[in-house]
Amino acid sequence: MTSKTMAVLPPRRLGTTCNTGIEATSIIASLALLLAFWSISTASAQVPAKLAELSLLAGVLKWLPLIFSGFLFNLLVSVLAMMLGTALGMLLGFGLISLSGWVRSGSWLLTQFFRNAPWLVILFYAMFLIPFQFTIASTTIPFPDTIKAVIGLALPVMANVAEIVRGGIVSIPSTQWESAESLAFSRRQTLWKIILPQAVKRMLPPWMNLYAILTMATPLISIVGVQDGLTMTRGALVAEARPDLLIPMYLALLAMFFLYCYPIALATRALEKRFDVRI
Amino acid sequence: MQPLADFFRWLHSAAGINLSIFYDSYDQGRFLTGLKTTIWLSLVCMVLSVIIGIVGAWLQGSRSRLVRALVQAFVEGLRNTPPLIQLLFFYFALGAIIPSIPDGAGGRQPLITNTGWAIVAFSMFAGAHNIEIFRSGLEAVPSAMREAAESLGYSRAQIYAHVVFPLAFRISLPSLNNNIVNLVKTTTLAYAIAVPELLYASAQIWSETLNVKEMMNVLLVTYLLLVAVVVWGMERLERQLRIPGYNI
Repeated sequence: MTSKTMAVLPPRRLGTTCNTGIEATSIIASLALLLAFWSISTASAQVPAKLAELSLLAGVLKWLPLIFSGFLFNLLVSVLAMMLGTALGMLLGFGLISLSGWVRSGSWLLTQFFRNAPWLVILFYAMFLIPFQFTIASTTIPFPDTIKAVIGLALPVMANVAEIVRGGIVSIPSTQWESAESLAFSRRQTLWKIILPQAVKRMLPPWMNLYAILTMATPLISIVGVQDGLTMTRGALVAEARPDLLIPMYLALLAMFFLYCYPIALATRALEKRFDVRI
Repeated sequence: MQPLADFFRWLHSAAGINLSIFYDSYDQGRFLTGLKTTIWLSLVCMVLSVIIGIVGAWLQGSRSRLVRALVQAFVEGLRNTPPLIQLLFFYFALGAIIPSIPDGAGGRQPLITNTGWAIVAFSMFAGAHNIEIFRSGLEAVPSAMREAAESLGYSRAQIYAHVVFPLAFRISLPSLNNNIVNLVKTTTLAYAIAVPELLYASAQIWSETLNVKEMMNVLLVTYLLLVAVVVWGMERLERQLRIPGYNI
């Protein structure tokens, strides 16, 4: 085992360093692109270049805290939706490998339904069709838009998590199941004590990837009327009524998402590489 | 078609299920136009994104470090930012500095319409994913293939066109399949800039006919059917392209 790992390690390290080299240059290149856009937007203004640049920077900086607070709200929604979606998705994933045919096909249908429908349509569905309050035995539970948006985003996450859970469990060699059976483990014990601990590792990279996708889907809630980072940005642009701020303001918001999602993507790739070697 | 329309009219009066798109010719027209726009948008973006993917993956194999870094920046920038904000950035921010042309009626219209910007945004978003997909496909082609072709006297371009790319394309097909399904789903975002696609048309119908619940379900079923057609078509393509005896 150790000798195998030793033999495999060096090329892996080599590959990683090569990639980080390219990634470093790509970050520099993307910064250069940002700068290029910036200079285009300044060039289009009529005021002298120096002054325009100053007022642009001031214009963006003035609104940056507000946009950032909206962005933080996006992150909050993404975390809540991910938690809910993961909890539901794990149940659904176990349903996908259930021994009962009915449970299996029911879970399959639910998974396919929510995986293949557009996120925005599901979000509309949740926003319009979930009542704004529930009354259970004379207690009224209010259901604000934010909660409905979280549910709307959690549903597609649920279906994708279910697929990830199923894929992770199925990818474990069947000999593991057989040897556990020969040691008199029950199905539940095998799943929880033998299969899942190994499968979690394989599920982690796609799960992280899904989280990044979810985070990038959170601005959709602004379409259905929840106030998020995108709403803040558009509001700020309306308040300023300055066309030259359009590009830098949107770029600022894009940059926030990029700075959050890119490290997740890098970590996902690194984990994929690491687990690939070990399995 | 008359009996069908009558049935749905009866369903409305008897059960309160108002599926106006089946008996109201105005709603039906709007819905079908939306469906057509969605299909057209998906097809155009599909073709453009595959072209972007092929060219980008080819450029990523370039010897110049700068070209590679630029392609990488394009890919990472588009893959790690929200597509909705990209679309709004293109439409509102870049659309503001693009020159407009006279529309012939005394006014001016922008050079690129909202549908045009949607095509640009979605093609680039899906194209960035395709670059990554084709790149990993190219990497998965065994180097022995390349060497064998080289020893047969193929030039670099010939190797790419006749040996490496055909194999890489087949290896990439499952991921490409996924990405195209995603693209079809992403076209709903065009709702945000008022492109009259399926979601926008349906929203218009349900806000006028007040049949939110029914239209929602119609919408979901329509998108599921669209995705099913795409998956079916891509699987057919996969089967057709399979090389007997060459397991990928």
